[in-house]
Amino acid sequence: MKSGRKATASCYGDTDLAVLKPFRYSPAGSVQDLLFSRWLADFSPRSLLIVGLLFCLWPGFAMAQSNYSFTQALDALWRWLPFIVTKGFALNLLVSFFTMLIGTIAGVLLGLGQISPLKPLARASWFITQLFRNSPWLVLLFIVMLALPFEIQIGDTIYPIPDWLKAVFGLSLPIMANISEIVRGAIMSVPTGQWEAAESLAYTRHQTLWLVILPQCFKRMIPPWMNWYAILTMATPLISLLGVEDIVNLSRQAMEAEDNHPELLVPFFGFTLIIFFAYCYPIARYTIRLEKRFVVNQ
Amino acid sequence: MTNNDWTPDQPLVSIHDVHKSFGDLEVLKGVSLDIMKGEVICIIGPSGSGKSTLIRCVNALNTIDSGSIKVEGLEVHDPGLDKLELRKRVGMVFQQYNLFPHKTALENIMMAPLKVLKQPQAEAEERAHKLIKRVNLGGKENSYPGELSGGQQQRVAIARSLAMNPDVMLFDEVTAALDPETVNEVLLAIKDLAQDGMTCILVTHEMGFAREVADHIYFTDRGVIVEHGPPATFFTEATDPRTREFLSQIL
Repeated sequence: MKSGRKATASCYGDTDLAVLKPFRYSPAGSVQDLLFSRWLADFSPRSLLIVGLLFCLWPGFAMAQSNYSFTQALDALWRWLPFIVTKGFALNLLVSFFTMLIGTIAGVLLGLGQISPLKPLARASWFITQLFRNSPWLVLLFIVMLALPFEIQIGDTIYPIPDWLKAVFGLSLPIMANISEIVRGAIMSVPTGQWEAAESLAYTRHQTLWLVILPQCFKRMIPPWMNWYAILTMATPLISLLGVEDIVNLSRQAMEAEDNHPELLVPFFGFTLIIFFAYCYPIARYTIRLEKRFVVNQ
Repeated sequence: MTNNDWTPDQPLVSIHDVHKSFGDLEVLKGVSLDIMKGEVICIIGPSGSGKSTLIRCVNALNTIDSGSIKVEGLEVHDPGLDKLELRKRVGMVFQQYNLFPHKTALENIMMAPLKVLKQPQAEAEERAHKLIKRVNLGGKENSYPGELSGGQQQRVAIARSLAMNPDVMLFDEVTAALDPETVNEVLLAIKDLAQDGMTCILVTHEMGFAREVADHIYFTDRGVIVEHGPPATFFTEATDPRTREFLSQIL
């Protein structure tokens, strides 16, 4: 007690004591900055060149002692490259297109369902959205792959369902759910005054939504939509785990055909990285340009 | 719908004993007032006295808890009310203009007549041109709301509302968000309307304007109409202490 009081007294006497400075809030930036495509686009073209160069040189040193040379590995890659790109990467793109198409259509419907005045519909849409937004993509893929039949019979004709199409359905589910949230969020971000103005001009709810609210949402939805497209494209190699012959699967097959030299790994998968990057980076840059243009227009 | 039994010698808008609560907060505690065709009334009072809520109830943007509101015999309090029919007759202008930002001034004005009243394109366009000139914005037809000043936007909003040929216009503090130098242009547009015989209900803080255009002034405080009268007597002979206090603060 006594010593405590002493200590307090000395506190007041000395000036070099640690002082708790007032908390200063330093915002990390806008939510937009967290978007994947924003992160991707933040690379300057010059820094990319340097990273790329280092990346190409490094295996040359690492593999120098091996009897299978880096040049041989590059030759192998060069031989397989047309096959990997036209059969493998093209399939990845095909899957990403169809997934985005189906996911967008279903997502817009689901998003509109979420804001429906019909309570059961709104609740069901909300539930579906949350369910697929918060499930691992790979698990969804497995479920769809195993649950869908490999062929369907309509009348007398049997239509086979190729694996890649099943993968499209599987990937569409999380995309749908995320687009649904984009749509709902964009609609909610329109000021209520817009609804009231339209209502007081005797617009029906349907007219209000389609003539007044959604046209204003459209611009706001494009950047996050493109962000999800980039994320989806990056995620398409997941389908290789299910046996779909995408770029990763074909690269592996090509390496096997080249006697599975470990020296092949870096050139082949490095190429996969580069081609995905080359595809997604311009999209990310373009998204940012669009965002800037919309800011000026509004 | 008891629309047919309305005749012009009855009040165009009849509000009777209206109660309205938001949760525990009762904002309207039995408000009654009648407006005849061609009349201009101003509702004044301190913030939070329920003025805006009252006029938002007239075109069913807010629902009422009890009492009755009739517009040309349409029973606004009826749950089976045809809201579209009501809103074709009641125009409203908001404090924040609420123009559609993705449409030009002309499109803002034309859109409702085209889509709601199904007027032919040529007719709607011609009328929109007339209206935009009427609010003194000739030449701004193709401007987007973002390119217009507050006062100009508000005048487009007035024209947009007029394009529906309403029988009564509601003005909800339409000059409150404006720069002082643009207030007058908007008030002039409203005055022009009032002199043309449009039935108007204005919620306003512009006392000078209220005195000039209103046929009748209502003073509300804490959800009731404290006092009302024609402007000639209202401003000079108000008797209730609350009215006098409010007037002394604002005049």
